[in-house]
Amino acid sequence: MTWDVETLSRIQFAFTIMFHYIFPPFSIGLGLLLVIYESLYIITKKKIYEKITRFWIKIFAANFSVGVASGIVMEFEFGTNWSTYSRFVGDIFGSPLAAEGIFAFFLESGFLAILLFGWNRVKPGMHLFATIMVALGSILSGFWIVVANSWQQTPVAYEIVVDYGIRRAVITDFWEMVFNPSAMVRFTHVILGAWIQGAFLVLSVSAYYLIKKKHVDFAKKSFAIALGLAAVASLAQPFVGHEHAKIVNEWQPAKLAAFEGLYETQTNAPLYLFGWTDPETRETSGIAIPGMLSFLVHGDFEGEVKGLEEFPEEDWPAVNGVFQSYHLMVALGMLFIAATLLSLFLLWKKKLFTPSWSWLIKLYIPAVALPVMANQLGWVSAERGRQPWIVQGLLRTSEGVSKSISAPEVMISLILFVLVYILLFFVWLYVLDREIKHGPDHVATVEAGYKKKSERMDALKPH
Amino acid sequence: MDYNIVWYILVGVLLIGYAILDGFDLGVGILHLRSKGDYNRRIMMNAIGPVWDGNEVWLITAGGALFAAFPNVYATAFSGFYLPFMLLLIALIFRAVSIEFRSKEENPRWRNFWDWGFSLGSIVAALLFGIAIGNVVIGFPIGSDMEYQGNFFDLLNPYSLMAGFFSLSMFALHGGIYLNMKTEGDLQKQIQKWIKINYWIFVVFYLGFSGFTLYLKPEMIANFSFGQIDLPGNKHELVENHQTLISVFAWTIVLLNILAIANIPRMMAKGREGWAFISSGSMIAAIVMLFALGIFPNLMVSNLDPAFNLDIYNAASSGYTLKTMAILAAFGLPFVASYTIIIYWTYRGKVKLDESSY
Ligand code: HDD
Ligand code: HEM
Ligand code: HEM
Repeated sequence: MTWDVETLSRIQFAFTIMFHYIFPPFSIGLGLLLVIYESLYIITKKKIYEKITRFWIKIFAANFSVGVASGIVMEFEFGTNWSTYSRFVGDIFGSPLAAEGIFAFFLESGFLAILLFGWNRVKPGMHLFATIMVALGSILSGFWIVVANSWQQTPVAYEIVVDYGIRRAVITDFWEMVFNPSAMVRFTHVILGAWIQGAFLVLSVSAYYLIKKKHVDFAKKSFAIALGLAAVASLAQPFVGHEHAKIVNEWQPAKLAAFEGLYETQTNAPLYLFGWTDPETRETSGIAIPGMLSFLVHGDFEGEVKGLEEFPEEDWPAVNGVFQSYHLMVALGMLFIAATLLSLFLLWKKKLFTPSWSWLIKLYIPAVALPVMANQLGWVSAERGRQPWIVQGLLRTSEGVSKSISAPEVMISLILFVLVYILLFFVWLYVLDREIKHGPDHVATVEAGYKKKSERMDALKPH
Repeated sequence: MDYNIVWYILVGVLLIGYAILDGFDLGVGILHLRSKGDYNRRIMMNAIGPVWDGNEVWLITAGGALFAAFPNVYATAFSGFYLPFMLLLIALIFRAVSIEFRSKEENPRWRNFWDWGFSLGSIVAALLFGIAIGNVVIGFPIGSDMEYQGNFFDLLNPYSLMAGFFSLSMFALHGGIYLNMKTEGDLQKQIQKWIKINYWIFVVFYLGFSGFTLYLKPEMIANFSFGQIDLPGNKHELVENHQTLISVFAWTIVLLNILAIANIPRMMAKGREGWAFISSGSMIAAIVMLFALGIFPNLMVSNLDPAFNLDIYNAASSGYTLKTMAILAAFGLPFVASYTIIIYWTYRGKVKLDESSY
């Protein structure tokens, strides 16, 4: 590996976006749960739901701000590190990005002000409305950015022109570009993944209280509702994923072949549960279900699936890397289904919160890391599987980088991001930990910090 | 309709929105460390608490709009300004998380750390915006392939450093005037003292910077000159055909700018807090417009050859995209305006701390 602008920019983009993508799924998932909790409060008027809503708002806030802070980076990185790509796709890619600002971010950040600070200022109905708008805004922002990403996986509705010596893709039909072949499945898959991740955060924190026997009523109610969401979203995920795989097969066959380590084009192609593949020897070994891949893609065990041999080797992605990330994501998906269904069953039998199942509750505490991993692995599969293309079939990643930047510059910025993000990550964990230990009864005090009288000054005249 | 001009105006509107709204957030950050005591600092931070995130979205949307409408400017400027942009991003990250994290912990050292993060983040961002504008005015080495040919140190010329300090002083003034609306008592008195000092610092920079601009770049007033000054390179036909109209418009903005600046001390003296803020907002809007009028129809000026300038045509997306995006924007902006009004209305008046404050 040479440490050139391309490699460093790839590392930097992967690092910054993977860091960013820790937070949005929590915001999207918690956003929906806040809407549910707050609606229950408005309907039942029970104090416990007020407590639940207000506690999760605090957690939401801490997460949201890191999501916002880390999101701006990529918005500009397309221009700073991938300027040739930006010239090429600006006509197309810029539109969803601008639409995201106009339609999603303004909605989200505007009503966030009421969600976070408005509890005593606006009527309860207005507050609920603000919560709904924030949740909607976060879903919409997911929509527009996923549209942009999907276009570069499955480009349609464009023509290539050369203007002023610059080769670029130009939209021919806006809505066809927005609803490109993979946009809606990818969007659905991403939102479901976000719901799972948000729900698991609530499960984890509630499980912690249950094990510590603190705030038990609060924790049970939070837990049960989040469990319902986690189960529904987990169950839906493989079906959407399956539709997704069909589209990958149609539009990015080299990617699908890499997911399954398939070298020869064949009928009756197998589906691996676990395995290892080596592009040098072109062998894949592991536990496989014969014919299953053909069946999933074509609904027919005899269906033909293209192997990597159909493509020049320079167009292959990193086969084993993609194979592993994809299979881990699917395995985690299966695990979520098993765990949430079992827990739902126990809840229904009124056994879940009894001591004999406390080991299961205990497992939910660390389990929040798993959906974070699944979401990251999903993106790694989708994005690394697209390599060496930055826009599938049209522009190579190596052609997309900026011409006027130098490797040392990118090295400096990469090091800065790594340092700053490590700091942020630990501060974020620390702040969450504090909020969780304080629990739902804690109210921040106005008098804080500077205990010495001389350090205070009369800012507001007493009323 | 010429959608290229529509987008020049729309990007300008977004930038003006950003400069006015996030401008006072930056200003509050610049002043933050000058206030002593935890209570005062909390008041200052909470003065922008509910609104700063929405204000920053103006920048994000302007970035998205620039990408969509003028991708070549987006590509050239951002890759050309690589390191300053990275510094800007880090500054904005620190500002954002400092506001959120500061009050999570009572330990004074913790609070002090985030106070510095908040303030330095704002100062660096304000300086960099000015430096960027300065470079746009003075021009930079853009080659025939639209790529930036210079290096990092070319960006730090005396003129753009001056522009950086000009923008720092402008936002510090604007932020103070905003705080004056949101505070009471001793803190407010102290802020009024800062405004007096900052006002004169700003006026000095304003005059110095204007003089420096006219000396280095007399072309900047070509569009103001009723056709008397000729630009090198081609003139835009709009300028050619409506020379008088454009110049009259430009001088109106100049007048507005001067009136707005002069009105600030008058309104401060009368205690009209809201009007003082409207004056400083108009002043910022006028300054951004003066820059835009000065370089129109260019977006970036090459100091190698005027033929390499990026203007609203060679830098733009296709006509179809510009039109579609203009429709989307026309549909979306009224919504944006209404949320903005709702939020500012909800949080009108002096800051009061309660349990959900930062
Ligand atoms: C599926 C969801 C999703 C994905 C794939 C991304 N984001 Fe994101 N982004 C969000 C979902 C989101 C979000 C939920 O809307 C935010 C708001 C708060 C948060 O935690 O994430 C967010 C915040 C956020 C912000 C700050 C917005 C504000 O100030 O309110 C920007 C500028 C971006 N993002 C930009 C990007 C870019 C350029 C991406 C890809 C390259 C990207 N995001 C991927
Ligand atoms: C929509 C949101 C996006 C997400 C969540 C996302 C996610 C990811 C992930 C997880 C990686 C790491 C893959 C690896 O291991 O290398 C990655 C890499 C990358 N992505 Fe994306 N991506 C998104 C959008 C984009 C967009 C819009 C671009 C266009 C510039 C892009 C270009 C790249 C590039 C150039 C890399 C580095 C390639 C590599 O190292 O393999 N991504 N992305
Ligand atoms: C359970 C079975 C699952 C299947 C069959 C499946 C299928 C897929 C496929 C085929 C892709 C690749 C799309 C592409 O490369 O263009 C993908 C991507 C992805 N998956 Fe999954 N998935 C499953 C579970 C999950 C789970 C449980 C999560 C998260 C909690 C998840 C999150 C993601 C994400 C974030 C992406 C990247 C974005 C995208 O392309 O949609 N997946 N998945």
